[in-house]
Amino acid sequence: MDWINALVQGMLLGGLYALFAAGLSLIFGVMRLVNIAHGDLIILAAYLGLSTTVLLGLHPFLALLIVMPLMAGIGYVLQRGILNQTLGPDILPPLLVTFGLSVIIQNALLETYTADPRKLPGGVIETASVDVGGITMGVLPLLTFAIAIAVIAGLQFIFYRTSLGRGFRAVSDNQDIAQLMGLNKAHVFGVAMALALAVVAVAGILLGMRTSFDPAIGGGRLIFGFEAVIIGGLGNLWGTLAGGIILGVAQTLGAKIDPGFQLLAGHIAFLVVLAVRPNGLFPRVEH
Amino acid sequence: MSTVTRSTRASRIAMIGGGLLLLVLAAAPYWAGRADMRLMSEIYLYLSLATLWNLMAGYAGLVSVGQQAYVGFGGYMLFALTIFGGVHPVVAVLLGGVLAALLSIPIATLAFRLKGAYFAIGTWVIAEVFRLSFAQIQALGGGSGSSLPVAIVKEIGAKKAVREANSYWLALGAAVIIIAAVYAFLRSRRGLALTAIRDSETAASGLGIDIWRTKLEVYVVTSAFTAIIGGLIFLQKLRISPDAAFSVNDWTAFVIFIVVIGGIGTLEGPIIGTLLFFLLREVLADFGTTYLLVLGFVAIVVMLKAPKGVWGLIRERYDLELFPLSYRVRTKD
Amino acid sequence: MSDPMLTLTALDAHYGDFQALYGLDLSIAAGEVVAIIGANGAGKTTLMRSISGLLSNRPDAISYQGQDIGALRADQVAKLGIALVPEGRQLFPSLSVEENLMIGGKVGRPGPWSLRKVYDLFPILEERKAQASTSLSGGQQQMVAIGRALMANPELILFDEISLGLAPVIIRQIYDALPGIVSDGMTAMIVEQDITKALSVSSRVFCLMEGRIALQGRTEDVTHAQITAAYFGVDA
Ligand SMILES: Nc1ncnc2c1ncn2[C@@H]1O[C@H](COP(=O)(O)OP(=O)(O)O)[C@@H](O)[C@H]1O
Ligand SMILES: [Mg+2]
Repeated sequence: MDWINALVQGMLLGGLYALFAAGLSLIFGVMRLVNIAHGDLIILAAYLGLSTTVLLGLHPFLALLIVMPLMAGIGYVLQRGILNQTLGPDILPPLLVTFGLSVIIQNALLETYTADPRKLPGGVIETASVDVGGITMGVLPLLTFAIAIAVIAGLQFIFYRTSLGRGFRAVSDNQDIAQLMGLNKAHVFGVAMALALAVVAVAGILLGMRTSFDPAIGGGRLIFGFEAVIIGGLGNLWGTLAGGIILGVAQTLGAKIDPGFQLLAGHIAFLVVLAVRPNGLFPRVEH
Repeated sequence: MSTVTRSTRASRIAMIGGGLLLLVLAAAPYWAGRADMRLMSEIYLYLSLATLWNLMAGYAGLVSVGQQAYVGFGGYMLFALTIFGGVHPVVAVLLGGVLAALLSIPIATLAFRLKGAYFAIGTWVIAEVFRLSFAQIQALGGGSGSSLPVAIVKEIGAKKAVREANSYWLALGAAVIIIAAVYAFLRSRRGLALTAIRDSETAASGLGIDIWRTKLEVYVVTSAFTAIIGGLIFLQKLRISPDAAFSVNDWTAFVIFIVVIGGIGTLEGPIIGTLLFFLLREVLADFGTTYLLVLGFVAIVVMLKAPKGVWGLIRERYDLELFPLSYRVRTKD
Repeated sequence: MSDPMLTLTALDAHYGDFQALYGLDLSIAAGEVVAIIGANGAGKTTLMRSISGLLSNRPDAISYQGQDIGALRADQVAKLGIALVPEGRQLFPSLSVEENLMIGGKVGRPGPWSLRKVYDLFPILEERKAQASTSLSGGQQQMVAIGRALMANPELILFDEISLGLAPVIIRQIYDALPGIVSDGMTAMIVEQDITKALSVSSRVFCLMEGRIALQGRTEDVTHAQITAAYFGVDA
């Protein structure tokens, strides 16, 4: 029963990791950009949530109403102001610029909020739980998992059923020809980053309610998101959810063996997938 | 009449000037204070890391953000081999390099499956595996780390002054050897092949160059040297912990910024970048984390406005090459 | 000639150090159909890409309906009513046939063309509308590429290698469709390897050679010998 419990908790944890991964996957899909600052942006969102809850006395979920548009705006400006200039055949500029961004965000947070661990006050929802067949599931992890599914379904809908999504796919296929269709790729990329950071806002708030955070933990979140993307298969949003779940389960099972093994087990699961199925478990099938 | 040559007037002056400078620096234990020597040692070690990372990323196109794996590994091997193997520290540092080379081969076969930026993050994951694994080894202090026993420290030199001079010379020697080796390598056939790969993979494969193997060789050699530098770094620090040994900020972020600011893909770039980095650090030392903020901004601005770095700007303006790699046609009349 | 719709003035084009077009001067009136011919590498595609804004230029190198568009981005040019049917079709592989057409309409210009009208023109596309664009034959892909351009309701349409690599029946089908397309007062520039075909649909012809206009004239005035000379660079 203990093991089944760990398994279930791991799956729920995977929802959070899928949220870390979704934005990363979206950005890579549209513009082949790998954003090293992704994890730090998640932490930035958590801190923005903290400030909102403190200043306005809002519940973290309501704070999303402010943090989501704020992060989306930051994403758009960041993309058009800086990141668009780095896109091209050479992979170094985007990598180095987002690396620089990562260091800037980390240290700006450190100056503003100090290194003390903080937490978002979730209220009763933090401790509430439901009992299903002898397994206790926290309401917050369950909600996180449901939100992850909803976010991925939403992204999937946008990608495959809307005019915006057609634009994303067209620009991803061929930037020049997409421009001929009247799509300004600089703007399309800006919108994609805005969308990704809106998802990052959700991930950051949920992370902040679940555990304490400090300015230094962004890199770790980037890695979890990245592992979920690679395990699931590049360019496959639902695969990302599966990747998140596998990672979460590996971590909780590892922690069950020895608390020191939690992260190690996740990384090892990732490396095993990489060794056995380098394209991930569910690589994208062109339709 | 015209001759084809690689050396330039500037490069010969640089050679002579560099030789003299080296003599002065080698004599530092006789003229410099302890704090200055420590700072200079640190500069040499960062210069070595930057030169190695530049070879890997700037020439072989392997943009790793996980070289801290080898820095930390080298550091830990120094501790493990001296404490449990009874080996002399210098031998332990060199053995650490050999072990890192062996270890880097299976790692490369895994990491090379990832392309471009994904390779970068993949190497970071591997470095995390190193950090978490060494944190599990209780004999080396687990998560909190351990100090090098006094008896082993004394093997570097019984007296403090001798010890400090010796570790200074080790750091200086390592930097000189690494820069010379990288320079010699880049001038060799394989080195030229590497540049061909960087400039065009298809062209290189057309020339019959085994891209994968060449990249693997660079990765293995770089990793081995990085581990040796890691050993020297912790020989200076005399204390090691997983977080310090495998720090992505200390051993990768700073190194990348050094290379980018100085000029990636040139031998001069890391040298200039290292000097600028330490200058910035000393000037902004009193402002705490502000210095990291400034560093991040400078790196971004350089990447966007002058992607060839400070050395690129200088070279464009004055057509200089201190370490000539390209052949030039010189016309004599 | 009435007011020119498109005027090129000393148009140059470069790829890095390589110059592909040298000071082209050319003018097209509204409603005209002109043919651009020339050997491989003459610069035809470069000309098309320059006009559509994929290669940037001096602002006044290209004037369209009285406006300098040489420095505009491709998406801005598209919104002004210039559409390109690119060489090699270049459909979006991630998009279905219908999505490829719909994205052409993204330019958002009002006009006669709609999905319905494109399907009427090329009925086979309606049958295949849900398929991946990559699953179509070359000829059907060319129909999608043409339909995609029409969906933008352009006033000037550029066809780059309109029949290259297509089966003769398909070529006939596409040429049969052309009059229906350009009769709505649309202006067209057609790049075509098949000189006879090119001359049959156009009123004027320009022959490019090594980035320069080697010959131009009214279709009925130019002789075969002149074209051969301009094409191969031998003196007639
Ligand atoms: N992307 C490019 N980079 C460099 N040179 C190019 C590029 N595209 C075309 N060229 C060169 O420009 C010239 C004109 O090419 P193009 O316009 O494609 O000719 P055409 O369409 O008439 O066959 C050719 O010499 C070709 O090699
Ligand atoms: Mg062409």
